[in-house]
Amino acid sequence: MAEKKKGEGKKVSRRKFLIRSGFGTLGVLAVGTYVFRNSIRRSLLSMANSMELAYMGDTSDPMIWFEITEENNVILYSPKVEMGQGTFTSLAQIAADELDVSFEQMRVEHAPTETGNIDGMSTGGSTSVSGLWQPLRELAATMREMIKLKGAARMGVEPSTVMIREGVLSSGQQTMTYADVAKSAGEWDIPKTPKLKDLKQYQYVGKPIPRIDLEDKVYGAPIFGMDAEMPDMLYGAVCRPELIGSKFINADTSAAEKMPGVVQIVREDDFVGVIAESMTAAENAKNSIQVNWEAAKDLQQEDLEALITVGNGKHTIIQKEGSALKDEDAFALEFRTPIGAHAQLEPNGVLAHVEADKATVILSTQVIGITRKEVAGRLNLKEEAVNVIPTYLGGGFGRRLHTPHAVQAAVMSKAVGRPVKYYFSRQEEFQHDMFRPPTHHIVKGKVGATGQLEGLEHHFVSGDVANNSALMPKVLPGIIGADIGAVRGGIIQYTNIPNHRAVYWHVALPFATSWWRSLGLLANTFAIESTVDELALRSDRNVVEFRLEALSDNAISRRLKAVIQAVAKKAGYTEEILNGRAMGLAASIDAGTPCAQVAEVSIEEGEIKVHKVTVAMDPGFAVNPDQVRAQCEGCVIMGMSASMFEQMKVVDGSLQPIIYGPYRMALMKHAPKEIDIVLLQGTDKPGAVGEPPLGPIAAAISNAVRRLTGKRLTRIPLNLAEV
Amino acid sequence: MELNFTLNNQAITVDVTDENHPLLMVLRDTLGLKGTKFGCGKAACGSCTLLIEGEAVRACSYPVKLAADKHITTIEGLGSPEDPHPVQQAWIEEIVPQCGYCQPGFMMATVALLNKIPNPTDADIDKAITNICRCGTYYRMRKAIHKAADLNQTPSEGSNL
Repeated sequence: MAEKKKGEGKKVSRRKFLIRSGFGTLGVLAVGTYVFRNSIRRSLLSMANSMELAYMGDTSDPMIWFEITEENNVILYSPKVEMGQGTFTSLAQIAADELDVSFEQMRVEHAPTETGNIDGMSTGGSTSVSGLWQPLRELAATMREMIKLKGAARMGVEPSTVMIREGVLSSGQQTMTYADVAKSAGEWDIPKTPKLKDLKQYQYVGKPIPRIDLEDKVYGAPIFGMDAEMPDMLYGAVCRPELIGSKFINADTSAAEKMPGVVQIVREDDFVGVIAESMTAAENAKNSIQVNWEAAKDLQQEDLEALITVGNGKHTIIQKEGSALKDEDAFALEFRTPIGAHAQLEPNGVLAHVEADKATVILSTQVIGITRKEVAGRLNLKEEAVNVIPTYLGGGFGRRLHTPHAVQAAVMSKAVGRPVKYYFSRQEEFQHDMFRPPTHHIVKGKVGATGQLEGLEHHFVSGDVANNSALMPKVLPGIIGADIGAVRGGIIQYTNIPNHRAVYWHVALPFATSWWRSLGLLANTFAIESTVDELALRSDRNVVEFRLEALSDNAISRRLKAVIQAVAKKAGYTEEILNGRAMGLAASIDAGTPCAQVAEVSIEEGEIKVHKVTVAMDPGFAVNPDQVRAQCEGCVIMGMSASMFEQMKVVDGSLQPIIYGPYRMALMKHAPKEIDIVLLQGTDKPGAVGEPPLGPIAAAISNAVRRLTGKRLTRIPLNLAEV
Repeated sequence: MELNFTLNNQAITVDVTDENHPLLMVLRDTLGLKGTKFGCGKAACGSCTLLIEGEAVRACSYPVKLAADKHITTIEGLGSPEDPHPVQQAWIEEIVPQCGYCQPGFMMATVALLNKIPNPTDADIDKAITNICRCGTYYRMRKAIHKAADLNQTPSEGSNL
């Protein structure tokens, strides 16, 4: 039995902890500057490009973060979810070092909302470790101090005589474990936060410790939302339309009602659901329901591309320096990127149990607080009456920042009076994804007589990313004027160019688009870095020098310069084609982390083959260098997949395809055999890791193809047959 | 109807209402073994890969009636922290998983590959391993597959699957 210390009459005192949230800061600033002019907007947007949507929750009280078990282990209740990015491991390293326990004594669990440790924001934006770096160290150090003071009192010794090692206090001949102290203590004081340790004193932080969830994931433990069960559980399914923009008119459920295994049909204003004894029975019954949908019109891919074209919709100048390029002076390229699916392997699903005055909801979610709020709102319950139990995510990638299915499962559970588990079919996953929006870009550049960039402009259009998301205050788009997600990577990073600007166009799409790992970064970097490469080639310039001289002399630009130089050196960058292989280089900054990549590519049997990718990245201080590398490898492969194979298309009014395979993705045979990674440490604080390496990959591959074929590819997925 | 098969070296009898029900659902929902994952339901992603008579099978599209009298091995029967299968050992040494959802399917597909080709080349791996991993762990998986082949061939280790 775990020894719970939560709620044991803590005395609130002398708190040093603050809510550290870049977003909170931005919110305040944004409101304050509402009436100001566009230059302020632009500076806000450049902030948004690097901002931390870190953490909004309670960092004042160690009691809601830690629990000490009988076995003298420490459970860290994480308000951030683990979706593969390695956050749990890094958090455990940080906590172990400041708590003075061994890594082996650390356990990490998702904090159910009933613990009170609730993140008002999300797990996303590559901010979990960087955002919790300071508060978690303070919490752990305070927890250690609290135990030390209590233990010293119990032993009747001066706190200054107490030594701590692996969760055991000792003073003279006396020893007490953390568990002994926890059991004996009635009332706790929250002491003043002691001085944090020096980086050099850390035993685990900064080391490539194996993932804390490794064994669970290798031996097949039931840790995912999909694996959740409750006694007496039923299965649900919800009718969904196949055509974009469909409106529900009515449904004939008479056949479904008579089908074997069906327990109940649920009809609500906004959905029709089936509850059955098994998932198969629920699916079969759902498929027998005749739903009358009214679909607006049969949209086609050409209509979508005509809509997503620079010049349509409203525009915002998000960056402006010097004068605009005249078309007759400028070299211009146009680019298109497609609708992208998340395609995470674990379908969205949820297990909900609604009782008289409370609800329990188990699921994979990146927005624990929002899930709870939405379920409580629909059921007319207080938020405190809904306990959201987050699980490990079978992939997040931004897909789980929307959880309306939790509301549907809760409604079904309430209707039937038993727990209901419900998850999406793969067709529903593909057709009702919250997609990465399609984009169109015009990039213009001008090289002066000396061979240096004189002007660079990025004009681009995208569907929503951050806007219309429950995470964003509704007023934000109006204030900032642009979608802070769509513009990620969209501003010109080469600010030493005398004339540079970025103009964002917003178009409303007839289907939902939203957060997809790295947001606008993948598409925007593809467009800009392809054009920079083309301009260097046409001016007969070295691609490294051409970039370096265009970068300013400020902190972030210096770090970007360093990764560009490092990647070129490590890859042995050359313009020569060796053994049929060419290299392509590209670089980007995302969320304050610069990253450069070189792809080594050949053409084999008419297809692009990526043999090797070299990555240089400066994420600041790496809490776990092995997991930083794992994120680089993963981003390279996911980015390769997205840039070489993946696209959703609008076909006769529906989104297609509806299954893996036809939705082409990178497989084992496509993955590079070599991924060489150099990590630089330009700051002593942990920075963003999970998304920045997705920036350069598409342009790096495409730039290599340019050298092999003489052809500049301008569309994702990259296609050699492009005309 | 009642069906008999051997599951992770144990004789099992299950009562199934529909003999065409996918084996995956019987394992997960009736027998409570959650290690084999549902990904797509159309045998397109490989998350549900398990072994039947030592061969890789995608259980989401395998009618349970075909399992009658056969030997089935799932990730739960492969090994344990106390006695890891060489493939699991290699996966741990290479720190392969990220989100982890697809990993049991990949490990089972790897066991099947090594049953046929004890020392696979990169080309063998490319051809045999066709599951999907969204986190992009292919790079480490390839290393782990080669390592598992090495571990398999050291005398003290060895797979009986």
